[in-house]
Order: sequence, then structure tokens, then C-alpha cells
Amino acid sequence: MSDLTSLTLAEARDRLKSRAISSLEITRAHLEAIERAKGLNAFVAISADKALRMAAASDERLAKNQAGPLEGLPLGVKDLYATEGVHTQACSHILHGFKPPYESTVTANLWRDGGVMLGKLNMDEFAMGSSNETSYYGPVASPWLPPNWSRERARAALASVKRGLLTPGGSSGGSSSAVAARLCLAATASDTGGSIRQPAAFTGIVGIKPTYGRCSRYGMVAFASSLDQAGPLARTVRDAAIMLRSMAGPDSKDSTCSSASVPDYEAAVGRSIKGMKIGVPREYRLEGMSGEIDALWGRGSEWLRAAGANLVDVSLPNTPYALPAYYIVAPAEASSNLARYDGVRYGLRESGSDVIELYERTRAKGFGAEVRRRLMIGTYVLSAGYYDAYYVRAQKIRTLIKRDFERVFAEGVDAILTPATPSAAFGIGEKGSENPVEMYLNDVFTVTVNMAGLPALVAPAGLSGDGLPLGLQLIGRPFDEETLFAVGEAIEQSAGRMALPEPWWA
Amino acid sequence: MAANASSRLIKGATGDWEVIVGLEVHAQVTSRSKLFSGASTAFGGEPNSHVSLVDAAMPGMLPVINRECVAQAVRTGLGLKAKINRRSTFDRKNYFYPDLPQGYQISQYKSPIVGEGEIQVDLTPDDSIKVGIERLHLEQDAGKSLHDQSPTMSFVDLNRSGVALMEIVSKPDMRSAEEAKAYVGKLRTLLRYIGSSDGDMEKGNLRADVNVSVRRPGEPFGTRCEIKNVNSIRFIGQAIEVEARRQIALIEDGGAVEQETRLFDPARGETRSMRSKEEAHDYRYFPDPDLLPLEFEQAFVDALAADLPELPDAKRARFMIDYGLSAYDSSILVAERETADFFEEAVQHGGVKRDTKAVANWLMGDIAAQANAQGVAVADAGLSPAALASLVDLISEGVISGKIAKDLLVKLFGEDRGADPRALVEAHGLRQVTDLGAIDSAVDAVIAANPDKAEQAKSKPGMLGWFVGQVMKSTGGKANPQAVSDALKKRLGL
Amino acid sequence: MSVDLNAVRRIARLARIEVSEAETPHLQREINAILKFVEALDAVDVEGVEPMTSVIPMRLPMREDVVADGDIAKLVLANAPLTEDGFFVVPKVIE
Repeated sequence: MSDLTSLTLAEARDRLKSRAISSLEITRAHLEAIERAKGLNAFVAISADKALRMAAASDERLAKNQAGPLEGLPLGVKDLYATEGVHTQACSHILHGFKPPYESTVTANLWRDGGVMLGKLNMDEFAMGSSNETSYYGPVASPWLPPNWSRERARAALASVKRGLLTPGGSSGGSSSAVAARLCLAATASDTGGSIRQPAAFTGIVGIKPTYGRCSRYGMVAFASSLDQAGPLARTVRDAAIMLRSMAGPDSKDSTCSSASVPDYEAAVGRSIKGMKIGVPREYRLEGMSGEIDALWGRGSEWLRAAGANLVDVSLPNTPYALPAYYIVAPAEASSNLARYDGVRYGLRESGSDVIELYERTRAKGFGAEVRRRLMIGTYVLSAGYYDAYYVRAQKIRTLIKRDFERVFAEGVDAILTPATPSAAFGIGEKGSENPVEMYLNDVFTVTVNMAGLPALVAPAGLSGDGLPLGLQLIGRPFDEETLFAVGEAIEQSAGRMALPEPWWA
Repeated sequence: MAANASSRLIKGATGDWEVIVGLEVHAQVTSRSKLFSGASTAFGGEPNSHVSLVDAAMPGMLPVINRECVAQAVRTGLGLKAKINRRSTFDRKNYFYPDLPQGYQISQYKSPIVGEGEIQVDLTPDDSIKVGIERLHLEQDAGKSLHDQSPTMSFVDLNRSGVALMEIVSKPDMRSAEEAKAYVGKLRTLLRYIGSSDGDMEKGNLRADVNVSVRRPGEPFGTRCEIKNVNSIRFIGQAIEVEARRQIALIEDGGAVEQETRLFDPARGETRSMRSKEEAHDYRYFPDPDLLPLEFEQAFVDALAADLPELPDAKRARFMIDYGLSAYDSSILVAERETADFFEEAVQHGGVKRDTKAVANWLMGDIAAQANAQGVAVADAGLSPAALASLVDLISEGVISGKIAKDLLVKLFGEDRGADPRALVEAHGLRQVTDLGAIDSAVDAVIAANPDKAEQAKSKPGMLGWFVGQVMKSTGGKANPQAVSDALKKRLGL
Repeated sequence: MSVDLNAVRRIARLARIEVSEAETPHLQREINAILKFVEALDAVDVEGVEPMTSVIPMRLPMREDVVADGDIAKLVLANAPLTEDGFFVVPKVIE
């Protein structure tokens, strides 16, 4: 049985097509794995009955040779996506009990293509976080063992508050943990400041945030509208390409969604990168950066050079301002997007003698500390007297950040290579309790991409001295995800397949 | 500005005051579906039945703009001779209220779709003012909260939430309640001509926020107060007068006007401050990140311009030239497009030249009165334009008198709706008697029967009326009254 | 820039989130930590730079004026904590 969960998405797809295995078999195998891995807390809702029904229907279609691109493949869905009739709470208490009467476009696309839904995945509340520690449902444990921990010690920690176990990153921590622990073949995730890419790096898997507007945001619980984007987490570059092809596409229900057709991303996997120009931005070399991250970055450059690419130094001078600007723009948009959570039409309702009390108590009870912090900042930077100094200024700096990238791409650069995270995964409970900004610094390499609306892919590139996964990031031109898949594959081939941890949790 | 501005000044205890009025009119856009959602805009309906998931602000829902609403705003801008901004943006106006499910209203703050324009407002047939338009923008309407169904709870219906509104902001160019009322009336007429709004104030499809301030003539503008949500033209006038006097009294008493929002209470005839104990609203406007800037080509605007109907000012001018009507009559006819169309059809019916003034008088008089009484448009009062044309022709041909025509109208409004007047005349034998011989006989008969009155008439000419009445009675109302009057005058020696 | 306790109370009221007196100083510290962090932006010269209005060069798509939605009162009300006769019910608004 465990063989089935060790397959890549592409391998499973091929075996299903050839009828070597059935969807019911592979779906059951994953449901059993999920059951054994309950301690990781990656899933917040398991839709077993639904999954088996969908698997059976897929088997029928496979038998009739009517297979869609994802036919019969068991997948996980981040709790951010509206799934009709199924738990959808963005892991927040304020959406208590919410079961949407509608489906998000991205997940609808997955089911259209034959995917099977295993359940909803844990995440930072409203996608605000970099470690999955702000979830109402508690933290998620990474399947990677902390350095020098025994399996017994890790199992004991699972049963309690998980302190010391590694975070799988955030906000898509449930997705990354589940994919790395082989609880699903791939998962949907979302990225506003790095929430796909940082978890991918922390768990040794592949994640891609496509160009802003590539995927529809209809039915995605909104955090920061001009930054949010859907994307997949998977174990290989090919798998990520297969997933993105199904997830992406035009949608008239989202005014910010591109009408451009979706290329066959899988076809780009394995394309030669000979002659491609890869930019290495000097501003990503941070003062005090860990030596091994720097070394990994250098190794990545070598691999690409060996594969025939030209490496060039480039400059993105406004890079240092992306993170502070992000922490103005994102909370500002969030403060407006989350105003609808008021206890009136869905979710949690606290009592109040008048409607203002209803709002204030419901929102105080329903939102966690991180969400509350960001809503307050967001409200403040939009308020009278501060709007120009904060929000408008940050949006101007955003223009400068985007211009930096445009200039570099105009010089003929096809993709930009950077580290993905400033460190390997840290322990649950280790960061952020003194100063929230400590946690924000995790996103230093990733937020630039959201601010500019560009696509970026993270692929596992090696292990730290402690044996923990490290990733490299590739940033691409708008709507040129194909180049990212081609170059990402080159990295994956050079680095070798990341050996994911064997289960210790059951 | 008009010549007699001094007549608009208000006399205070310490001298003259000038009232400055600006209006922000909210007009519901005529469209089938809402501004950013595909739910119906139809009036009424079961609660929350004209509500989409977008209108209900479900998690993950996104706005998609309705092209027709954009077109309606552009058409209105063209009618206001205003600058059409081919690029405009949408902003979120953030505040919490149960009838605002998103917690923000999508509006246009920084860059509206329509810029400066102007509208000509007729106060009297010879006196008009130009009122400047500051801007026009599109925004969402809110839902409705019912507060009187329960002592402790409010009931929220989102049917209206998300319906498109045009907010039309005037410049502070008005100087009296009369001017403001006339402005709203003209704006309403214009919107109805264009078809961009039905301007129905009773349904709440047109409402105004009235900005009032006062100043000594020649001095800078004073502090203004905003009177919100006034929903009838009459109340707009009352509110302005009441508020102006309140401000004048306050200042003359040594106080100062505070800038605030007020409500007009028609029952008490006063305005009340809306300022509550909590903070004034900080709307935290910022560009809506779910909506890109709205842009369209000049061709889009030109196509809309080409399809605009003839607007009231142009129609009024044309009526004066083509039909020789007075400014006054033309103004009344063009106030409603249906009335103007009815008039033209009647005048031109059958390609026969007829008395335009006569057509106008019947239409503005008896027919309009009947339509008002029934609460319908003139076209639905009971006559077609063709029938009105026949009526006028029958009089000019001398077949019937004006009096008989009035009787005919009663039949046409009632039991004979839609009938052909000529046929009715024949059927009821209503042809007037014009045969002078017959008239003379009737006159002689009445005089013979009333010799003493005939004697009195010589010194009391007013008695002619009684004699006319008697002769008309004796001829069953069919004698031509003018001929009767002439004959009587001769016989009685008047 | 930093906020004082009154500003924190004001922001909490604007955001409609109840913050107890006991929590206010802690929240003030958190907010000020973030505001300190973003001070870095003061160093940037933004003269003549337009704020970003759309991340991708795209025109706002417009939709046809047809009634294609609504008539789903049941779905709209399905998750509501309190309804009556098809209305959402809330405690009164005090004017």
C-alpha cells in the first residue's frame, strides 16, 4: 500500500491510465496514510466518503478511456479554497461552521480534470503567517525530524503542543507537510508573500506561485487581493507543472484573471536551457546571510551553467524595501477584505446588545492574534492622515520594485536565481513571540515577487548541515511559467530527487 | 446668474443673507442587473431573492462590472455636456453597517467616470440659470434594514445591495430653495429622457443630499451642513429654507455653524444633527484591488452619443421654432418625453396642418389633468394622439364647439376609451348647430319667453350669460355658443 | 511614527475589534514594532513615481447586462447564524 503513496503524481497518472492501479486503490492508500499521520495535524477536514465516490467515478471514466489530465489522482486542498458543502474556514474560528454553497474556480478545475478530493489542509489563519502557527486548529508538524531528535521524542511532541518539532512553513503549512509526508500526491496552496514557496523550501518539495492573474481568485478566501495567487505544491517539478495546468485558466468571474490560454506546462519540463540568461541579483546577498545558503546559491549557479545557461550579475536596487512595503499593502487590503466577517451572514456570532457590540465581540473572539495585528496595522495605514505617508508611498515603492524587474528582463534575462529562505525550517514556538517582525523576515526573498506580480518557482536544492532541506527560487517573466519549469527541472536533475522522510509519526 | 438675485436674499435680524446650495443627487441606474453582480435590480421581490453570492459578500466573491451601467453613466455625462473620463478608477469606502455586507461600498472617489459639466435650469419661461456639475460617478447602493419590526432586532434585506447608482454632484451654484427644486426637476427630466434612471423619488430611485450654507452677500462661503437623503422635491425646498434660517439665527445670535450631517424632519419642519457620540466616519478610501481601472475607447462614447434621443433643451427650442409655441408652453410639453412625443404625433397626424396651440392647450389642460388624476402618463389617459388630432380638427372645422369637445373628452376618458371622436360625434348626434336661422329662432324663443329679463338686460349686460345658457339648453347644447352670443347681443340691443 | 494608547483604541473601534484595556498596551507594542520596521521606506525617493494601480497590464472586463444570478435566497441564508422570514437578523443599530 505504501508503494502507492510513494509514487509521484505523474507516475500515478500513468499507472492509472494504463489501468495498472485503480483510483479507489490509490485513494484508499492515501486515506490510510492520512489516518496514520493525524498527529502531524496537516488536515483539518477529511472528506473520505466524497473521495471514495470521486475515485469510483474516476475509475469508470478511466475504464471508458475518458480520462481527464488529473483523473483519479488524490489531492489535498488548502482550507482557503471554497469547496462546496465541505469545511471552508481559512483555518479561522470566525468562519466557524461555514460550508460554502459554491466551489472555487481553481478547485472546480481540478474536479473537472478528474482529481479526487481527500480533504482540506491546515494553514495559517487567513493565510497570515510563515509557519502555520497562527491556525485556529493548532500548528502543523513538518514530516522532517528536528536535527538529533529521536522518533520517540518526536512522537511524544506530536501528542502535545508540538513545541520543538519543525514547522513546515506557512501559510500553506498543511499543504507542504501533507505533500512531503506523502499524504496526498499534490496539494493546492496559495501565495501572497511567499506562502507556497517558503513551505516548499522548508519541506524539500516543489512549489510555484504563477503570475498574478494566471489563476482565478474566485472562491479563494481573500487576504490581499493584489498579491494573492493560487498555485500547487508537489514533490517534483513535473508534478507541479501538471497541477498548474489544471488549476490555471481564464475566469469571467474574476476581473483580475487573465484571459490568456494555458500552455502545456508539462511539455516545458525537460526543455533545454542552453543559452538562457540567468540573473543573479546582488541585493539578495544579505548581510549576515548563512554561509550554507550562500553556498547553495553558488552551487545552483554552477548547475545551470553546466546545463548550458549563462549566468549574469544583475541589480534589483529596491529589493530591501519590498518586505516593509508588503507589510503595509497586504495588511491594508486585508483590513478591508476581512470586514465582511461580522457575524451577520455566516460564521461565528457572539452576542451583543447592539450591532456594534456584535461586530466587536465576534471579531475579537473570531480572529487570532496575528490576524488582529495585521487588521489593526492595515486600518491604521489607510486611515485619515496616514494614507499618503504609508499606503500611497508603499504602492509607489511597489512600482519601483516592478520596474527593477522589468529593466532586468529587458536586458535579456530569462529567469532570476535567488535563495528561497534565509534559513532552513525552524522549530514550532521558536520565533515571533517577542516581536512579530521576526517572523516576517522569513519572507525576505519571496515578497518581491508578489509585489511585482511575477511567477516564481522553488525547487529543493540540497540539505543543510543539519540535514534539513533547502530550496532555491527562480523568478520569471510575466506568464513565462514554462521557463521556470524548464530551469526548475534542470535544478531538480542536478540536485537529485530529494529523499523525503520516512514516517516516524505512527 | 439671473438678473434678480437680490430677490433671493433672506432678511435676517441684522441684515441680508445669501443662501448657497449644492446638491448631491443619487439616481438609481436603469439596468437589468446590478453594477457588479448579475442579480436582478427589479423592485420588490421576496427578501434576499435578488441577491447573488457576490452581493451577500460570501468569502472569495469578486465584482465584475456591468457594461450597461457604464454606458448609462456615459450617456448621462453627455446629457450634462460633461467631460467623459475614458479612464476612471473604483475605490472602496470602508465602514460597518448591517446593510453593507462587504463592510465597504465600491464607489469612485479619486477619478470619477464623468467630470465637469453644466445643466440649464428654467426658473420661469424667461429666466434660467446654469448650474455647474462637478462630477458624476458610479457606486453601489446598500441593502435595506428594517428597524420597526421588533424592539430589539433589525431585519436586513440585501435585494437593493449592489444596485448601480449614479451620484451627480453639483457645484454650489444655487441661491434659493426654488432654484434647487428646479434643478432637481430638470435633472430628473434629463435622466428620464436619456433613460439612464426613472427618477422615481417615491420609490427612492432618486434622492438628494442637500448642502446648505449662508453668507453675507459678497463674503466668502460660510460653513456648510449636509442634509442627507431628502426624497421629495417639496422636502428639498422646505429643508433648505428651514436650514438656512437655522444657520442665520445661529450666527446672528453670536454662534457659529458647525460642519455636520443633518436629517430633515418634515413632520416637525426642522433639521436635526446626525452626529452621534462616536467618531465621525473615517472611510479609509483606497483603490479597489479587485477592479482594474475602467477604460474605454472614444468609439464607445461616440456610439452612445449618436444614439442619444433629442434632449429637453433642444426639443424645447425646436418646439418654439417648428410649432410657434411660447417658451412657457414648450417647457411644459417637454418636461416629460412621453408628453412631448404625444404632442408631436398629434400635431403631425395625417400630415394635415393644424393649430399647434390648440393641441398644446388640450394636452396641457384637460388631458394632463385626467392623466394626473389617474396617476398615468398622458398616453394612457384614454386618447391616442390621433384622437386628439381629430378633436382639434373637429373644432376647427366647426363641427363641434369647445364645450362639446369637453363633453366628448369625458366620454373618451371613460366609457368610450379609445374611440374615434368623429364616430362618437355622429353616434351621439353632437354636431353643433351653426345654422344662423335656427339660432335666431332659438334666440327669439327664449327672449319671447322672458320679456322682463330681456328688459333688465339692457341695463345689466351681465345677463347675457344667462340668456346664452338658456339658448344652449334649448338647443341641447349644440348651438355654437359664439353665434348664440352674437345673435343675442343684436336682439337684446347690447 | 508610533501610536499611543488612544490611537490603538481608535483603530480598534474603526476595525470593530474589541480590545480590552489589559490587552491594549501589548497591542500597542506590537503595532509600534511593525511601524518601526516599515520606517525603512522613508529612505526611498518616490518623487514622480505613480502608485501601482494594476499588477498586470489588463483592461477591466465588462459583462453583459443580463440577470444571470440571484434567486438563491436559500443558499444566501444557509450559513446565517440568525434569520427570520428570509431576513438576516441583527441586534438593533443604535443611531
